[in-house]
Amino acid sequence: MGYEHKEERSHAEKYVMVIDIDKCTGCGACVVACAQENNIPVRTDETDKYLSLNWLVIYRVTNGEPFPKTKVVYVPRPCMHCDDPICVHVCPANATDKDAKGIVSQIYPRCFGCRYCMAACPYHARVFNWYDPTYPKGTERGFNPDVSTRMRGVVEKCSFCNHRYQRARDKAIAEGRVVLEDGEYIPACAEACPTNAIYFGNVKDPESKVSQILKKEKPYVFRLLEHYGSKPSVYYISRQPWVRERLDWMLEQEHKQYNKKS
Amino acid sequence: MDAALIPPGVQRCDFKKFAIWIGFVLLLLLWGLYGTALCLIKGLNQTHMNNYYGFALWIFLDLGVIALGAGAFFTGFLRYIIGIDKLKNIINIAVIIGWCCYGGALLILAIDVGQVLRAWHVFWYPNVHSMLTEVSFCISCYFMVLCVEYFPLILENPQLDKNRFLRILSHNFHEYMFIFAALGTFLSFFHQGSLGGTFGVLFTRPFAYRTGFFIWPWTFFLFILSAIASGPALTLLVTWFMQKVTRRKLVTYDVLELMGKIAGTLLCVYIVFKLLDTWYWATHVLPSKGMTLMDCYKGWFGSYGLWLLVAELGIFGVVPAIILVTPKLRKKEFWLILGALFDCIGVSINRFVMVLQSSAVPTYPFDKWPSYMPSWQEWATFGMVVAIALLVISLSYRYLPLFPQEKELNAN
Ligand code: SF4
Ligand code: SF4
Repeated sequence: MGYEHKEERSHAEKYVMVIDIDKCTGCGACVVACAQENNIPVRTDETDKYLSLNWLVIYRVTNGEPFPKTKVVYVPRPCMHCDDPICVHVCPANATDKDAKGIVSQIYPRCFGCRYCMAACPYHARVFNWYDPTYPKGTERGFNPDVSTRMRGVVEKCSFCNHRYQRARDKAIAEGRVVLEDGEYIPACAEACPTNAIYFGNVKDPESKVSQILKKEKPYVFRLLEHYGSKPSVYYISRQPWVRERLDWMLEQEHKQYNKKS
Repeated sequence: MDAALIPPGVQRCDFKKFAIWIGFVLLLLLWGLYGTALCLIKGLNQTHMNNYYGFALWIFLDLGVIALGAGAFFTGFLRYIIGIDKLKNIINIAVIIGWCCYGGALLILAIDVGQVLRAWHVFWYPNVHSMLTEVSFCISCYFMVLCVEYFPLILENPQLDKNRFLRILSHNFHEYMFIFAALGTFLSFFHQGSLGGTFGVLFTRPFAYRTGFFIWPWTFFLFILSAIASGPALTLLVTWFMQKVTRRKLVTYDVLELMGKIAGTLLCVYIVFKLLDTWYWATHVLPSKGMTLMDCYKGWFGSYGLWLLVAELGIFGVVPAIILVTPKLRKKEFWLILGALFDCIGVSINRFVMVLQSSAVPTYPFDKWPSYMPSWQEWATFGMVVAIALLVISLSYRYLPLFPQEKELNAN
């Protein structure tokens, strides 16, 4: 019976994230929630952002015009949980894997820190533990017991809060259900966002919020670095044509199309 | 003082001079060991690598020395499999250079991983689809082959040679060397190729990505070609340099010239394919990703400027290829050495851009070019590898009969 559940699940679930850029104010609540949820260490000196351990970052992107024509958007960027994940293909030790529900996992005790996955991932979603993990005094008491801390010398990244899935799944099974309700499993960032800019759910369920929103906003939906070909599971929405033009490399015909729109 | 250890019939500098030289090398080694120890104990925060530069100086140097160390397997292949007899005069030093290059590369790789004690995971949980797995297996195996090739050379030391068993063992090793040469060639083709593949497969890094044949991107073949085009050039350079330093003739000029010819011919083949590859990449691959050539270069000059491409393919590509295939130029020592040097520089630039520039090119149109300058610990670690190489070459030259022609060439 357990096996059947697995089978059914693998066909019925594929989790995606949809981020409405036009709604994001760049407040950073998602970043903080992510850090807290996933026991992300903090050093006393975080001035060099290239060394920071962030699973979710927010890019500030402008339209490049001088004041008063300047426009700004904020782009939250988790791991894209690509459907053709280059990081998984290249990891020599099988320390990262893509599961049936679409989540790209990271096995910390197996990773030996060669960083090939980092050199491969174009989204910079992977970060390396350059230092031993340290936490501001007292914060250890707030550790999330469902998430293991990581050691120096390994790579880590966003897991779409996979432990929350397991928790939701345990609860559902205890209640005699197999399929999760829409919204029963969402990552910490989506939960924390005060403007509801982050949607999360099962895209294989046509009734789910993400399926609905992807359908409704179809003309404004895009993914980052689409032509690189890793097929991300994170979708973005913006109704401002310049945003897409600034966020991704465009093929020649696309340039024309977007210039017309703007 | 150490006269009994010096091969009969050859002259070496007096022991004091040698000891002073070794003293300098040991100082370099000590500095390197200190830097290495810091990296191992305190972690990779001792380097200036970061989340954008996961691969940096060390990987570049690894790729560089592995390419330049290809003289060992390729000279072995030409000598034992193809049967170019003249190469027996230079094969020993080629093997030792190869041993130093590969040993150094393995050492740096071991320090470069974040969890050194887990390095075995690559063998225990191998992902057969990863080019790095192939690299790890082939380099480790090939290093063992190099050890086997080096071993009988050590046995030729006059004191060891006195022992009957060791003499027979050494003789037998020489007899069957063709087997190791063949094995070395096989392994080398794969690791040189898969090192190219390591970058060529990255469809998400347009600077490195290449289409290819079946599962192998073009860089797979280009890395093999460039390695066999530059490996003999480095062997030539080192031998020439040793002649200058020791002020003795070690090989006849025609042997050096032959090495130059081999390197030049292969460099010509390589450069033709590399130019075609670059053209296809710039006109087809990059546009398919929505990018242009200039998106991959930071203007013309400065770091990551387009000048790197011109230097790699032109000044240090086409120019040495022409020099080394032109018999008239090859006959003149100046041109031969210049050609070999430019050849090595060109291939090193290729490895540099493949490693560093692949990481540096902004993947998002709105992102910045990140900067990177290696820390002294990174340089020191490389210094350690250089020191080990100098030590091994110095000791081998002094105590082993490396050059069969030396006695004859310095008879007076
Ligand atoms: S975004 Fe990067 S780390 Fe995440 S799945 Fe894709 S390639 Fe892997
Ligand atoms: S750093 Fe870890 S996860 Fe990344 S490729 Fe290496 S072993 Fe795999």
